[in-house]
Amino acid sequence: MSMDYLIEGSYFLAAVLFIMGLKQMSSPVTARRGILWAGAGMVLATLVTFGAPEILDSDIAVTNITLIIVAIAIGGGFAWVTGKRVAMTDMPQMIAMYNGMGGGAAATIAAVELFKATRETQLDPTGSLTIPDTLGVDVTILAILGAIIGTISFSGSIIAWAKLDGRLKRSSLLPAQHLVNAAIAAATVGFAIAIYFSNDLTPILAFFGLALVLGIFITIPVGGADMPVIISLFNALTGLAVGFEGYVLGNAAMIIAGIVVGSAGSLLTHLMAVAMNRSVSNVFFAGMGSGTPAAASGEQGEMKEIKAQDAGILMSFANQVIIIPGYGMAVAQAQHKIWELTQLLDERGVKVKFAIHPVAGRMPGHMNVLLAEAGVPYDMIYDMEDINSDFKNTTVALVIGANDVVNPSAKDDASSPLYGMPILDAIKSENVIVIKRGRGTGFSGVENPLFFTDNTRMLFGDGQKAANELIVAVKALG
Amino acid sequence: MIEGLAALYIFMLAGFTGYEIITRVPVILHTPLMSGSNFVHGIVLVGAMIALGIAETPVEQAIGFVAVLLGAGNAVGGYVVTERMLEMFKSSDKDKNEEAR
Repeated sequence: MSMDYLIEGSYFLAAVLFIMGLKQMSSPVTARRGILWAGAGMVLATLVTFGAPEILDSDIAVTNITLIIVAIAIGGGFAWVTGKRVAMTDMPQMIAMYNGMGGGAAATIAAVELFKATRETQLDPTGSLTIPDTLGVDVTILAILGAIIGTISFSGSIIAWAKLDGRLKRSSLLPAQHLVNAAIAAATVGFAIAIYFSNDLTPILAFFGLALVLGIFITIPVGGADMPVIISLFNALTGLAVGFEGYVLGNAAMIIAGIVVGSAGSLLTHLMAVAMNRSVSNVFFAGMGSGTPAAASGEQGEMKEIKAQDAGILMSFANQVIIIPGYGMAVAQAQHKIWELTQLLDERGVKVKFAIHPVAGRMPGHMNVLLAEAGVPYDMIYDMEDINSDFKNTTVALVIGANDVVNPSAKDDASSPLYGMPILDAIKSENVIVIKRGRGTGFSGVENPLFFTDNTRMLFGDGQKAANELIVAVKALG
Repeated sequence: MIEGLAALYIFMLAGFTGYEIITRVPVILHTPLMSGSNFVHGIVLVGAMIALGIAETPVEQAIGFVAVLLGAGNAVGGYVVTERMLEMFKSSDKDKNEEAR
């Protein structure tokens, strides 16, 4: 009995630590302490669970506990190594992957419960019992709900990971994908209802299979620019699934942590979608950037190239340079070179600022993290609202690896898929230099008129190499 | 054990708590916070351990094993990634250059 109190008390403490940890993570000053607190809560909850009576009372407790330890070693070891090794630039897809694993864990918990209940239900000699008779109506419903949400989050997050990691390029599978998805969703719900009214394994297997496919099909058409929203949404969904399975297991820590993340994640998803002027349903159903680029007006004239040497001179004698980083900088790992360039310009008396669009990169704050990694101090970094009025006083706007966030058609072309998204007004500065790998469109697949204006020059090449050439050019001036 | 209406209250209060935490968060913390909340739902590991602990047949054990494996991945990976990200928010200028390796 006293063990029960110890366990319940520890779960309670863990829940408190999670909430306070998250609260601290919402301010830059206390953020580091926040993750330590939450981590302590996790370790505590995990350790006391080894003493849970459900586990110890089993006839095969020794085997199961051994399996638990082995599974933690494998899963935890894999995550530890990959998490430590991954480059800062690849963080978003790793978050997607770990989140998918959590969703998968919630779904498999439901699977164990449903399998067990099916077996116990079938023991009944009359054969007329159904799963809710064994588990209870509320538990059955929440187990199935958590299972469907967790499974979709699992397969969807894996697809998101594969897309961000560049392992999966395609963005369409079938014609009329949305209709197919609707049909699969309907069938999944059908099998969910079948699980409720039966004591058979077949609907359970069909249900999980379909939910897996649904997660994949939902995510594949989503364009790269919308990925942050999707990952955040799956994060919230996993939280919800964990909360529901927490109810199934009667575990308060899981309910609280899961639901807190579910609601916090939903709000975060909404904030991100607002920053891009899209609604969450839009992200799923519009399929922006889904293979068919909206080449409304086609190319508009010629892109004008510039040599790194000339660009370096232009920047060296500028009054003010605003650097606009995007995902291309992350891919090229160019943030350190850019910081070096910034310091050189600074020594020459050029005022340098960084402008960060809310959704630059693959996640809000992604660019801030990278620039912080390179050592750029915070007071040089500006949010969109704070810097947009400053472009008209700027000699050179240096766009590195960003595209859609400086696309003026978001402002003046009502037919553009980007229309309405707030952008950085790079076009208003005297000169715009765009470092870009090739002539292709941005992640949204939309042509960018900025690249064709008279005051824009293109510096083609890999971000890091181009930044290096600029450094050489600036240094050559002595 | 938590049942019925009591659970409903917990769901509601936890929902409001999550909402309150996120309002008024600076944009620069959105990614770390998403990562942090990703870690917090790693508590699913605890549920996975119980699911494997109550498994009685080899099939249930196999599924439970996958559950624990995935749950541990969520918890550990979520922690490592969040910690690394937040490490860069340490102090402002001083020790940053050494840290950049």
